[in-house]
Amino acid sequence: MDSGGKIWIERSYENCSGCRRCEIVCSLHHEGRIWPEASRVRIFMFIPGVEIPHFCFQCEDYPCVSACPSKALSVNSRTGAVNVDVSKCSACGLCISVCPGSVPHMHPEKNHIVICDLCDGNPKCVEACQEGKWNALKIVSRVEDVSYKSFACSPQILTIEVAKKLLGEETTKEALG
Amino acid sequence: MIRGYAGKFLEIDLSSGNIKETSFPDEVLRDYIGGRGLAAKILWDRLGEKWESVDPFAEENILLVLTGPLTGFIPGTKVCVSGKSPQSNGMVGSTIAGEFGVDLKCAGYDGLIITGRAERPSYIFICDNQIDIKDATPIWGRKARETVKFLVKKSVEEIKTLRSNYGEVKDPSILYIGPAGENKTRVAAVVAKYAHGAGYGGYGGVMGSKNLEAIVVKGFGPLPEVYDRDEMLRLFNEFSRRNFEMEDFRRWGTGKGGYHFGVETSSEPIRNWQEEWHNMESFKGEEFDKYWVKKYWGDFGCPVSCLKLATIRAGRFKGAVCDNPDYEFEAYLGANLGIFKPEENIYISYINNELGLCGIQGGAVLGFAAELYQRGILTEEELDGLELKWGNTDAFIALAEKVAYRQGIGDTLAEGVYRAALKLSEIKGVNLLQYVVHEKGIAIGAHGIRSGKDFAESISYACSVQAGDHTSLASVEEYGSGEAFAVLSDSAICCIFTTFGIEDVEILRFHKAVTGWSITKEEWYGEKALRILQIQRAMLLLGGPDIYWKPKVDDDNPPRFWEPLPSGPYEGKTVDRNRFEKDRQEYYRLVCWDENGIPKPEALRKLGLESVEVKLRKTGIIK
Repeated sequence: MDSGGKIWIERSYENCSGCRRCEIVCSLHHEGRIWPEASRVRIFMFIPGVEIPHFCFQCEDYPCVSACPSKALSVNSRTGAVNVDVSKCSACGLCISVCPGSVPHMHPEKNHIVICDLCDGNPKCVEACQEGKWNALKIVSRVEDVSYKSFACSPQILTIEVAKKLLGEETTKEALG
Repeated sequence: MIRGYAGKFLEIDLSSGNIKETSFPDEVLRDYIGGRGLAAKILWDRLGEKWESVDPFAEENILLVLTGPLTGFIPGTKVCVSGKSPQSNGMVGSTIAGEFGVDLKCAGYDGLIITGRAERPSYIFICDNQIDIKDATPIWGRKARETVKFLVKKSVEEIKTLRSNYGEVKDPSILYIGPAGENKTRVAAVVAKYAHGAGYGGYGGVMGSKNLEAIVVKGFGPLPEVYDRDEMLRLFNEFSRRNFEMEDFRRWGTGKGGYHFGVETSSEPIRNWQEEWHNMESFKGEEFDKYWVKKYWGDFGCPVSCLKLATIRAGRFKGAVCDNPDYEFEAYLGANLGIFKPEENIYISYINNELGLCGIQGGAVLGFAAELYQRGILTEEELDGLELKWGNTDAFIALAEKVAYRQGIGDTLAEGVYRAALKLSEIKGVNLLQYVVHEKGIAIGAHGIRSGKDFAESISYACSVQAGDHTSLASVEEYGSGEAFAVLSDSAICCIFTTFGIEDVEILRFHKAVTGWSITKEEWYGEKALRILQIQRAMLLLGGPDIYWKPKVDDDNPPRFWEPLPSGPYEGKTVDRNRFEKDRQEYYRLVCWDENGIPKPEALRKLGLESVEVKLRKTGIIK
């Protein structure tokens, strides 16, 4: 069942070229600068060739929002994204530890957390990815009967999973140790 | 305020362990821009006076890793590695793709000036303003996969301690060498991301001579402010759009070249350039398809993704991971060795990358050895029992290992094609230079000139200040898009594969949007590019300490390029000597060199290069 016109960004990791144009447009949109570390989507590349675009999975139960002691995090009722009220955020990092994907990270210069806000419904990263026909990121309708939380894994685990598919089990072990 | 640049460079002296920040006046950056241009300026100022006596592998050589103002902004990101070249004894601006330049700028630095020699194997670790020289003993002697694994793991841990409570930490960017660099071969590349190499120039060996295994950098800051963000983004999108339209190139990269440059243009090195034509259907681009696991693979900002990630999942070559060989690798580690099986070409490319060899210089020296074997000049015994027949991939792999570790015959071959030929000629008492396809010590890129159907011209290599480098070709047909254009893209820095169909004036416009400094086409070709070319030319003419070049003899094509093509649709064709002489004189005139190929004193003075004139007079090069 459709979830009130909400969207979700589907990831096909094997399609990611590692061009990081998602990081470029995300940081331009949110920070007005090209700033890979401040981007809400970050490309992890623990093995060259295995690039993982990593950003908020919008779990249906939003553990980060419930855990936030300063009520800095809220769910945007229209988009379903997690919004950060930077004036309230104390940068305690609790949201990172409760996130099943270990997604949120601190702003590299300011004292608050950053989390994907789906660009208020028009994610720039998806635009950039689709414009280049990479199709690693794609917008799908958010539906009620899917557990989005189940997609949430740490970048390390995602790397292993994707690497196994691309390179095979043995090579993955060799490349990661 | 300076725009587009971070404004600071790091000077790292590995002998003393001293690290300090430095900067250059705006006028210097306006004239020399960055990358290759700035490398020429820095090297001339610091080593010019004693250039001919500097051993590229000595402590006093300088290793440069420089970004350009466009690094990180223009689609397609590269950095430039330079220093005195152990191949040409001049200077090569050797560019390499990846995120290194972006991370470096985000850490607050435009470049690295590395001097001295570390006491023990070391790597440089940079995380913003935290800079350390660390122990690399555990990975010295290891191959690329081990090295990358170690450095990623160690560095991520280190960054986590520097940024506690940050959340997950991304991998840093890494430039590293393999055994070929550690053992100071002249055919070693500086490598990144398994499959990228700064090969021309031989700076892998320079890193090795400094006991420098790798440079690791992570930057948490933004890229520098630009002068006109809207204009920069407009151009970014426009350049990207044009790249997106090149569907065939995006799909194949240069991977169709292994077949195309053989069957169509007769310009591919085959069995050490004995032929340049083949019609091996097994080497068609489509045949490589089944090994691709990712059809798009690129680096920061890249709209093209000309790389394709290839792996071999089963059989005796199982475990190989590399980019699907691009044209240069298909040619030099395929056709040039008589290997026409994609799987074997991928595997030997992977081994080449693991060893930190340059695919071109390494492939050239393997092919040279195989021709000597074919002619009975090198025997199986001298090759430590290797049956170096064309297409014998196992033998070539074994020999590549010997080169990288300087074992047996590999010790001689590690000197690169030209020096190896000199040495073997002496031992054998015959002239082996006729089998060497090089220009001033640098094996020539995989684009022959005999058929006249490829992009290279008769004097492309002979008159280039980067000699055999097929990405920096001299040209009389279109001076504007000849070597002066390469100086622009290597200095600014752009990737040549994302600037097809983008004109010099547009790159200069991008440069203005980023830096705020306007350079007209006339200023570039008539002054700034010329200044950089004169410095590089002077370095090449000074040469030393082991080999010196004389323009009359050495501004020439290798002997094999004068032999008629033996096969294919252009059989019998070669470069016309009269045409070559005419082109050479014309090119000398265009770049203000006299009829003997020496920069004209009045031109040097006009460019403010009095010190170059003085030095060339002192050494008798200017009479």
